[in-house]
Amino acid sequence: MRDALFEFLCRMGDNTLVLGHRVSEWCGHAPVLEEDIALANTALDLIGQTQMWLGLAAEVEGADRSADDLAMLRDVWDFRNLLLVEQPNGDFGQTMMRQFLFDAWHLLMLQALTDSTDTRIAAIAAKAVKEAQYHLERSADTVIGLGDGTAESHRRMQAALDLLWPYVGEMFVADAVDDSLCAAGIAPDPATLRAAYEARIQTVMAEATLTLPDTGFAHQGGRTGRQHSEHLGHLLTQMQWLQRAYPGATW
Amino acid sequence: MAPDLAQIWDWLDQVPDPEIPVISVVDLGIVRDVAWDGDMLDVVVTPTYSGCPATTVIALDIETALRDRGLDRVRISTRIAPPWTTDWLSDKGRARLEDYGIAPPRPAGGPERCPRCRSTDLARVSQFGSTPCKAHWRCNTCLEPFDYFKCI
Ligand SMILES: [Zn+2]
Repeated sequence: MRDALFEFLCRMGDNTLVLGHRVSEWCGHAPVLEEDIALANTALDLIGQTQMWLGLAAEVEGADRSADDLAMLRDVWDFRNLLLVEQPNGDFGQTMMRQFLFDAWHLLMLQALTDSTDTRIAAIAAKAVKEAQYHLERSADTVIGLGDGTAESHRRMQAALDLLWPYVGEMFVADAVDDSLCAAGIAPDPATLRAAYEARIQTVMAEATLTLPDTGFAHQGGRTGRQHSEHLGHLLTQMQWLQRAYPGATW
Repeated sequence: MAPDLAQIWDWLDQVPDPEIPVISVVDLGIVRDVAWDGDMLDVVVTPTYSGCPATTVIALDIETALRDRGLDRVRISTRIAPPWTTDWLSDKGRARLEDYGIAPPRPAGGPERCPRCRSTDLARVSQFGSTPCKAHWRCNTCLEPFDYFKCI
């Protein structure tokens, strides 16, 4: 059970770590100042949540590693984030579409985890769920505003949805880790989140005048670590550069 | 003789929040517990937002303030459950926020009135603001922008 728990905590923490890093790449580059600040704040919340998830992962592992060690000293094959969150930012619309597709899942997952039989997990979820709610409110509003905006913004949002939708299915595929945690009441069966997720997506896409791609295909391999996309390695070279070049550096 | 807890709460109420110095860390509701464990003082704090960069500064400020009062043995720990809520802001803190130009949080999800001119004709500029705990609003009467303390 300890191995499964560690795996699960890395999945939660790596999602927020990798997405937090991606979103932080916008700092100083967003189309307007308000969006720049909003993106930076979102990234900050996600990195803060990472501290809690990977901190607990390190504690559960009991191998004398810290949250920082897990974040900065693991290589691609040890990361357990969804493929969706490591995808490049693209334009602002693509970033916000990725954020919305993630936030809608994240909120449902965190809500379910507030009932976890593991009180440490329930506490982290109760803290993070408030932030996720706020993120979703903004990303949904932005997807609607840009989808139902100008011809150009609509075209870009539809392209973003077409590109990113095949990364959604991975969120709901259970494996042995999920089965054992679900049996212990620690985490939900990911498949049970799907109906509520799709209902939310459909409502927002209808308002955004965007069409969900008619495909059930799902890229997989991120949350199991079997095969990440090429993008994660590039992200890590930037995120981990300092600790790789100057091992153990502190300030 | 060790100072009593009421005295310590009073000292803590003089430690300003590093980002909004008109309110104290006690006003903000982030000091959750103060207790003696033998000759060690335990202070329990909770973060406002998970990634709030002020959290470590706040712990340091609390420790420094207590040391200045002669308390050498202080242990600060973090507790995340139950999660911080703006319901824990003190009434004194709310009033000071508004005087300072920051509209206090309301369950309705937006400011009640402009902190400058009291107008209720307001518009939200952005859900996020200069720090994790604030959103950015504008008054349509005096046309000034202002911060709104997000309600969570
Ligand atoms: Zn005004």
